[in-house]
Amino acid sequence: MIARLGPPLAILLLTGPVLCGLAGTILPAFGYLPALGGTRFTLAPMRDLLAEPGLVRSVLTSLAVALTTAIIALTIVILFVAGWSGTRIFGRILHLVSPLLSVPHAAAAFGLAFLIAPSGMIARLLSPWLTGWRQPPDLLIVNDPLALSMTAGLIVKEIPFLLLVTLAALPQVKRAETRALTASLGYGRIAGFLFGVWPRLYSQIRLAVFAVIAFSSSVVDVAQILGPTLPPPLAVRIVGWANDPDLARHFLAAAGALLQLGVTALALLVWLLLERLAGAVTRRLRQSGRRWRREAVLRHAGLAAMVVIAATVGAGLALLAIWSVAGLWQFPETLPGSFTTSTWMQAVPQIARPLGITLACGLLSTLIAVAITLLCLTRELQTGRPGGRGALMLLYLPLIVPEAAFLFGLQIFFLASGAGSGLPTLVLAHLVFVMPYVFLSLSGPWRAFDRRHEAVAAGLGKSRRTILFRIRLPMLLRPILTAAAVGFAVSVGQYLATVMIGAGRLPTVTTEAVALAAGGNRRVIGVYAFLQMLLPAAGFAVAIIVPALLFRRRRAMRAG
Amino acid sequence: MLNPASGIPTEPFVRRLIPFLAAFFLAGPALAADIDPANWSDVLAKARGETVYFDAWGGSQNVNAYIEWAGGEMLKRYGVKIVEVKLADTADAVARIVAEKTAGKDKGGSVDLIWINGENFASMKRRHLLFGPGWAEKLPNWKYVDFETKPTIRTDFTIPVDGLESPWGMAKLVFFYDQARTDPATLPKSAKDLLAWASEHPGRFSYPQPPDFMGSTFLKQVLSELVPDPSVLQKPVNEATFSQAAEPLFAYLDALKPYLWRHGEAYPKNYPAMKQLMADGELDIIFAFNPAEASGAIEQGQLPDTVRSFTFPSGTLANTHFVAIPYNAAAKAGALVLANFLLSPEAQARKQDPKIWGDPTVLAMSKLDAEDRARFDAIDLGVATLKPNELGPALPEPHPSWMERIEREWKKRYGVGN
Repeated sequence: MIARLGPPLAILLLTGPVLCGLAGTILPAFGYLPALGGTRFTLAPMRDLLAEPGLVRSVLTSLAVALTTAIIALTIVILFVAGWSGTRIFGRILHLVSPLLSVPHAAAAFGLAFLIAPSGMIARLLSPWLTGWRQPPDLLIVNDPLALSMTAGLIVKEIPFLLLVTLAALPQVKRAETRALTASLGYGRIAGFLFGVWPRLYSQIRLAVFAVIAFSSSVVDVAQILGPTLPPPLAVRIVGWANDPDLARHFLAAAGALLQLGVTALALLVWLLLERLAGAVTRRLRQSGRRWRREAVLRHAGLAAMVVIAATVGAGLALLAIWSVAGLWQFPETLPGSFTTSTWMQAVPQIARPLGITLACGLLSTLIAVAITLLCLTRELQTGRPGGRGALMLLYLPLIVPEAAFLFGLQIFFLASGAGSGLPTLVLAHLVFVMPYVFLSLSGPWRAFDRRHEAVAAGLGKSRRTILFRIRLPMLLRPILTAAAVGFAVSVGQYLATVMIGAGRLPTVTTEAVALAAGGNRRVIGVYAFLQMLLPAAGFAVAIIVPALLFRRRRAMRAG
Repeated sequence: MLNPASGIPTEPFVRRLIPFLAAFFLAGPALAADIDPANWSDVLAKARGETVYFDAWGGSQNVNAYIEWAGGEMLKRYGVKIVEVKLADTADAVARIVAEKTAGKDKGGSVDLIWINGENFASMKRRHLLFGPGWAEKLPNWKYVDFETKPTIRTDFTIPVDGLESPWGMAKLVFFYDQARTDPATLPKSAKDLLAWASEHPGRFSYPQPPDFMGSTFLKQVLSELVPDPSVLQKPVNEATFSQAAEPLFAYLDALKPYLWRHGEAYPKNYPAMKQLMADGELDIIFAFNPAEASGAIEQGQLPDTVRSFTFPSGTLANTHFVAIPYNAAAKAGALVLANFLLSPEAQARKQDPKIWGDPTVLAMSKLDAEDRARFDAIDLGVATLKPNELGPALPEPHPSWMERIEREWKKRYGVGN
């Protein structure tokens, strides 16, 4: 049976590129890369790396950004879920925040930059009546040396991710029952959640938190848009070295990628220490016996943080749309003095190719990922054994090993194997990132499927195949399409993988948008970032509309 | 202004190694005998049906649209198909040609015509990567070229051109200000003046972060003005001349830093970023290498129509940008026809129109006939563009090795924070 192929295929796809990539990074980091004349092992690349000015600062920036992002994002998620789950407001906020997951990082970062820059929307709204500013103030907000705006940009994008992962895990930890129990003991909502639910919940979402740390410590696109430039975080510098016209700099880039691996590992190690610390503090609090019932401030702070984040990203995206049609728009005007379609007219002829590549790559990688995921899950049904911890680790592997560390080596590996840099290799590279998200979002609904439907069909003498194709798959159409939309969004948002594996010859909407960010032309950025956000939204629209049409005459199949 | 985009690299390693691999599989096809531009009808005959890959910096929509127009005309008139290969950085194409040469691919190369000048030309000439002997001065339209009063047409960043590249357009460093905010009487007249102006207007001036092309140009302008003996800049740099010549430059930059936008803790990424900051009212003086740039930006609603230009009376940097043919180009005849078409009065006049591109011509008005001169007279240069006679003296570009050395020093001193 073909489903048998699913798990080995998934393992190959997830671990193969990561391991090949790491090998392709480690060898040149020690001087071995025959294609460039490096035939013996040497420490020279490491020495060159250590001689780079400002290296320590770049490393510290990467570390600090990763840990701060994880701490703040997780705290907000805890406060919000602890304080509000089970209430009506919780559901409403969820509707507000979940779409943010599909907004590509770069688009959210641009929106944030347009909002908080000294000449951005917030300053415009307050000027000159409140601030007295007739000219934008000379404040270093975007690209600040402490990377605060970069951290903020990451936080607003990581919270939706952590929140959705948490929600997926909640049903398995009996939140409502625990809440009833802790309430009967007199605990406040947050304390009850922290003492009763959190320990079990955290062990379920721990890998996702690791992914957030790994991602933030090695992110490139957000760092290029919002991060410091004197010097930039480590990952940005690695990409610069990897693209240097002087081919000898590739050894330096490999050494840098290896250092990146170390930096991410160090960030995770620090996190493990923080976990223990937090555990000790929680124990102490629990043993104090206090019930912590006065928590209104904390609860509302969690809610407010969520609302602010959704509003920030939303306002940022609206700003992008306005800039794309803006004529002259000077400070402190709140709206452009004139509107024009000329930016779109100029961009449209040039956008066809990037758009085509984005669509082709996104659809292909999503299709393959969904197919393999379905094979794996079907196999799971047949064997009756769901993947355990090991399988979960495997899924998270590409999300935890920093992109910059293994993509560089993967590029060299593809080259050495003669695979080159065409669409197939790009799809393969995207698949590494699309697969985990598709699997994570589909496995929940798949396993929660009410098997009594299948039992009835089997009792009527239907074959396994018929049951799968006539009962399970149609009934799971909605989650399957949603998982596909998630996968498509992930593919559209891929920056580093596209730039490195596509060798610059396969531009997508995202790579074009980030490249144009360098040009600083807000109108053109607006056009590309708007498209970048439109594509995932279109994917989710399909995932909502198609089942609605198909099931329009089946009341029980409609969305709740 | 060849290469303003060095910010985001998009041309990794794989691309440059492809020729190595390709060389193993592709035997170079036999090509027609060498082409002699003096025999123009033969060139036209050979060019018909060829496809010319034109590698050009693709970071500006105006320029891309202009090349698209030229491609349409070439197909209509000469049966030559033009494909623009948009580069993020001209050095990428140079690196590709180097790789092709290393792999022994001496025929049928991937680049037919390349937009180039300065350090990239110097490096290609030094490594014998250019089609020769000199062909540029044998093109039919060379007769219109103003090489007498524009010395940079025959000397590119101190390197003799020797007809190995054909001039395409002129560049001159000009500054822009907004007369609604800045009184023209207070404008600086030299780099020293600019420092004084910045100290009176803290936070209102900056320059793009080197190695961005415009940022490096600003450093070279200051260097050229402050160097005790300008003649050293015309020779390759060495440690002795560098420490002596660069000392006043870095003293200047140290003095300027506290008065820069954001106190020099961040720099604009490149020229378009500076332009946006001027539109936002964050910068009062910006600069570009194309005198018509501000008029174009006003036309497109990116700058207010009160922006005007000025230069330094004692001179600002000027150079010429060119097109060149790699030694291993597959479509040399087609490339020659395109280079000649780009020099034609019709194409040059269209290029100078700020609504199209606004790039100044390399032709001499006195050499044109009445009809062609009228094409140029008809161009409205725009409110913010200085007339050719108002642009001030042209300072020569330093030898290409200076730029690289200064960029390295800049990064060490200012590029890594405090």
